[in-house]
Amino acid sequence: MSKMKSVYGQPKDNYMFKIRLKSGILFFWCLILTIICVLPIYILVINATRLDTDIAGGLAIVPDKYLGRNIRAMKQNFGNLFKPLIGYRNSAIITVSATFLTVFFSALTAYGIHVYEFKLKEVSYTVILLIMMVPTQVTATGFLNFMAKIGLVDTYWPLILPAAAAPAIVFFMRSYMKSSFPLDIVEAARIDGSGEFRTFLTIAIPMMKPAIAVQAIFAFVANWNNFYTPSMILLSSKTEQKTLPMMISSIQASDKTSDLGVVYTCIALSIVPIIIAYVLLSRYIIAGVALGGVKE
Amino acid sequence: MASAAQRRIKSISYAKYGYIFILPFFLVYFFFQLWPLINTFIVSFQGNGAETGEFVGLENFKHLLKKVTLTTEENRKVLGILPVESDAEYQELAAKKMQGAIHDDFIRSFKNTLVLWFGNFIPQIALSLSLAVWFTDAKLKIPGKGFFKVIMYMPNIITAASVAVLFMSLCSESKYGAFNQLFHSLGIVDELEGPDRDVVKFVTNKWPARFVIMFIQTWMWFGNTMIMLMSGIMGINPSLFEAASIDGASSGQVFRKITLPLLSPIMVYTLVTSMIGGLQMFDIPYLYHAGNVPNKEVSTVAVFIYGHFHTGQKYQNYGYSGAASVLLFMVTLLLGSITFYMNRDVDAIAKKKQRKKLAKQVKAQNKQFGGLSV
Repeated sequence: MSKMKSVYGQPKDNYMFKIRLKSGILFFWCLILTIICVLPIYILVINATRLDTDIAGGLAIVPDKYLGRNIRAMKQNFGNLFKPLIGYRNSAIITVSATFLTVFFSALTAYGIHVYEFKLKEVSYTVILLIMMVPTQVTATGFLNFMAKIGLVDTYWPLILPAAAAPAIVFFMRSYMKSSFPLDIVEAARIDGSGEFRTFLTIAIPMMKPAIAVQAIFAFVANWNNFYTPSMILLSSKTEQKTLPMMISSIQASDKTSDLGVVYTCIALSIVPIIIAYVLLSRYIIAGVALGGVKE
Repeated sequence: MASAAQRRIKSISYAKYGYIFILPFFLVYFFFQLWPLINTFIVSFQGNGAETGEFVGLENFKHLLKKVTLTTEENRKVLGILPVESDAEYQELAAKKMQGAIHDDFIRSFKNTLVLWFGNFIPQIALSLSLAVWFTDAKLKIPGKGFFKVIMYMPNIITAASVAVLFMSLCSESKYGAFNQLFHSLGIVDELEGPDRDVVKFVTNKWPARFVIMFIQTWMWFGNTMIMLMSGIMGINPSLFEAASIDGASSGQVFRKITLPLLSPIMVYTLVTSMIGGLQMFDIPYLYHAGNVPNKEVSTVAVFIYGHFHTGQKYQNYGYSGAASVLLFMVTLLLGSITFYMNRDVDAIAKKKQRKKLAKQVKAQNKQFGGLSV
């Protein structure tokens, strides 16, 4: 017995050791990747609190105490280029309305295709699947040309209204409904005398809350970070109209970038809100990506 | 016999609500996406600058795709070193030179797009696939998996424009550049300022700048790809992995024979979305430059298109950007169909064919009996 134990016990211990070693090495590798992921943002936050002259002197690990001074200098030097509060406001107006339109109309379209039987049902769904693949960049030229013709450049409409047609999100909502929205509920609501729109608003929307929440988060992030479309449509160089990413890009293009502490402060002001939101919502975001969330 | 009431209920058709519900989507789609797409094709056949709106046929495509080289003599004439015979000749030569420049610009941006996409996709997929396999391996016990996932996804959520400007500051070639400072303290770079300045030219040199952009793209997207692949691997039936480990398969064999083949649908999805995203790469290449002019060595097709419909002058070059968009569209279509063709389910297609053949045979047999099914 004891001999057997020594014969069969040995490899097992060896095996466990191997697994532990491999896990340890991988943990170390993940730590390195974590540092690479965080380092640029860490340097950014630290440098936002330091003086320009100190930044020239080298890197630092602990934050300094000049954040207030940098913000004051920002108001002085970049006052007409970077107005964070106005940037937040403009980005928020566009992002909130676009996100609302995206989720509401995607849910409506998915509901229409899922619940009703009509002749063009399959055709329209196929069309939605096909147009999912067309890159937005391809339509940009015609879009701008058309918007210029009907005089919508320099307004927020071209940034908000197109959000109502989001094929990828319709596709996601349809597959969600297929798995968790039985049609009997609609029948039951009809028998109880509920109108079709009321059924959608008071029964379907609450039942689709998880899908709507995930897609709302992604639509929000995508719109908040969008730089291409706003800078294409908002042609006038008025700072009052610009979104936050546009303000950041205008800092980059200006030749007043000599004070790096201020530049870092501006970038930090544009990044920090979204990182805070991410820390709070990371669980849902990661779950959403795993669900096959829309990749930009 | 159904009662009148029953018949009435059956005769109620809800089809019209279907149309009403999907109408807003298709209206918005038509006005803001389909018509712009058609319009892109239309403007690609129209003139540029002051000739906007005039039909010019395939002229724009010719300018983008046909190589134009000026002889040294012609070049000197344009530059005013040699005398020109007439104003008309000068105009012609200048137009020729501009065409050549546009062609070179387009081809370069196209090459850049491919280089930048390959350079970020390959490390990205290698990194995310290996991490996804390790994180989903039931045998390995890596502590803090959830934390790592959250941190690795984080760069994806940050505004790309801010990331570009941030890396611009970090990679600066002056004494302020954080990376050059880091290299200096590690002893790789000798001198940060002065006449014998020795810094890595992350911004102005071609390959270092490209490398930084590839790095940023990989940095931003590997977490996203990793999580998608992880959900794909977790969708594979775990009993397959168990059976393999009982049969004594090594982890390499499990990866090659089980994980990879069963993961291929998600891999195709990742590949296609990454490719479409890569062809559209704009924010970072556009903003990663010092001064006012985008860096030509890293400018992509999207930057080319943007630069032509956003010239900052009274007239835009809609023709060129339209033609470039159409070409981009074709390339996307081609690459997308190649990927789908290569990854089609061969067995399923063969089965379908066989079924069709059988059905035909049965039909033919039935015909022999005067079309009566037997």
